[in-house]
Amino acid sequence: MKIANKKVTAERLVKDALAKAKHFEDYHIFTFIDEEGALKRAREIDAKIAKGEDVGRLAGVPYALKDNFLSPRGETTASAHILEGFTAPVTATSVKKLEDEGAIMIGRTNLDAFAHGSSTENSYFGPTLNSHDRERVAGGSSGGSAVAVALDIVEFATGTDTGGSIRQPASFNGIYGLKPTYGTISRYGVVAMASSTDCIGFFTKTPEDMDLLMSVASGQDPKDMTTLPDYYNTEAGAKSDNSRLAPSRPSLRGSGAHSAPVVADGLESSDSCTRTIGIIKEFDNESVHPEIRRALKEKCELLKKKGHEIVELEMPALKYGLAAYYILVPAEVASNLSRHDGVRYGFRSDKAVDVDSMYGETRSEGFMPENKRRIMIGNFVLSSGFYDAYFLKAAKARTLIVEEYAKAFSKCDFILTPVSPNPAFKLGEKVDDPVAMYLEDVMSVSLNLAGVPGLAIPAGETPEGISLGLQLVGPRRSDKALLEFAKELE
Amino acid sequence: MDIKREDIKHLAELSEFSLSEKEIDSLQGDLKGIIGYISQLDELDTDNVEPTYQVFEMENVWRDDEILPQEADREALLALTKETKDNQIKVPKVL
Repeated sequence: MKIANKKVTAERLVKDALAKAKHFEDYHIFTFIDEEGALKRAREIDAKIAKGEDVGRLAGVPYALKDNFLSPRGETTASAHILEGFTAPVTATSVKKLEDEGAIMIGRTNLDAFAHGSSTENSYFGPTLNSHDRERVAGGSSGGSAVAVALDIVEFATGTDTGGSIRQPASFNGIYGLKPTYGTISRYGVVAMASSTDCIGFFTKTPEDMDLLMSVASGQDPKDMTTLPDYYNTEAGAKSDNSRLAPSRPSLRGSGAHSAPVVADGLESSDSCTRTIGIIKEFDNESVHPEIRRALKEKCELLKKKGHEIVELEMPALKYGLAAYYILVPAEVASNLSRHDGVRYGFRSDKAVDVDSMYGETRSEGFMPENKRRIMIGNFVLSSGFYDAYFLKAAKARTLIVEEYAKAFSKCDFILTPVSPNPAFKLGEKVDDPVAMYLEDVMSVSLNLAGVPGLAIPAGETPEGISLGLQLVGPRRSDKALLEFAKELE
Repeated sequence: MDIKREDIKHLAELSEFSLSEKEIDSLQGDLKGIIGYISQLDELDTDNVEPTYQVFEMENVWRDDEILPQEADREALLALTKETKDNQIKVPKVL
């Protein structure tokens, strides 16, 4: 990425980004653009550069912020009516880390309200258009961020991935999108969706840029108890280019609510750079778009030519990942979104006559239909009488999925699979059919349930010019190795 | 399973939603479809499988019990709400 220096000023980089944002205004990428604030910040950085001061590893780099990250610059709405008017009094740890290194936020990007969706059509502000075909969806939920990077408006954008919300829009727009290992980047100051699967990550045009951002943003945060000690910037992470991943990992079976500590998947030294790549048998059938199957086959051939080995994996429990996901995540959503009640911040309905109607009217007017579906499903699967049949059953299915990944990574170093069964679909095609929309997540959600990292990589286009993407999946804490290996697939 | 209008009304109450009749109708169809889909988990054999509720690798992350400076003070937090009185958040009548 272009970093500001004495020759290329931060002001120039920011002005270019702002001009491009304006040029692509009708794609509905941004919910807020901070021209004045971004230029002010750029001039401050240029002044420091002129004085020869340290300006950081991301000096003057314009970026776009998914509108579910808190920062006092602009309202944080999560593209939901219920958060309209909410200007955060705190800054997300991830935002602070990026800005401490000199990155400049030029605007906030559109998403499916509260990150509930796979197309960015569930936004209160209307859908973002696909970067390659304006009649198609951007993907979601981080659709605005993906399109901002794909159209080259900014060098990178932030995203959140609870079940595919970074990887799927990245693949729908032909760029890189990383969902790191669960707990790699602090979630402090990011609007919560489902706390046991929410991950912070990025969109970039190259694996190298992603590596830089990961090295800036990773690490333990006292404000988020579920952050891992920094593994990304340690020696084990850095050695990934000449190491082989550990052949086995301890099982999470029996972890329960108070999970026993699990030893991380380490990286073992080896002289060989060749890898074993697993292909999931259950994801290679008629239900997957022929162009995606072709792209997967081509990448496998490329890897074989480079001396890597391809093995077929049987992962029968993954088939149930989507059903488990759409039980566990709504349950967490129902809990996390109960805080939006019109009392302390955001929108409050004028129809309120007493405190009960304040809750009811505010939440009814403030949430999008998909938010309501998920909250109600969450309350359904948690209700007495249904808890064992749905929530507990799904939590057990999650154990089987975790074990299935553990088994898979005893046979291969990485897994290469589609991100979604179809490339970007037409606007309006699935928005009124929740189950059809959910089915687009069938290949992405199991990673979140298992906590493993996944990198969406570009994989060409269909003959009509629609972007194709695949995802590279690794064991926990293999994020650096994943990015390193992604270069083999370019 | 069958999802009745009464079930939707009950879930709306649990969720603190005041739904219109039209919304109840469409949510009834939507939830029926979603619950039909997620019910396929019945096929999966989970005998003798323990549940997993989270996949974080660490247990009991401690911190010192001390008061740290906060980014947002009382004034900044109260400024976010619609109505305040005597430094407190004001809501419509409770009783």
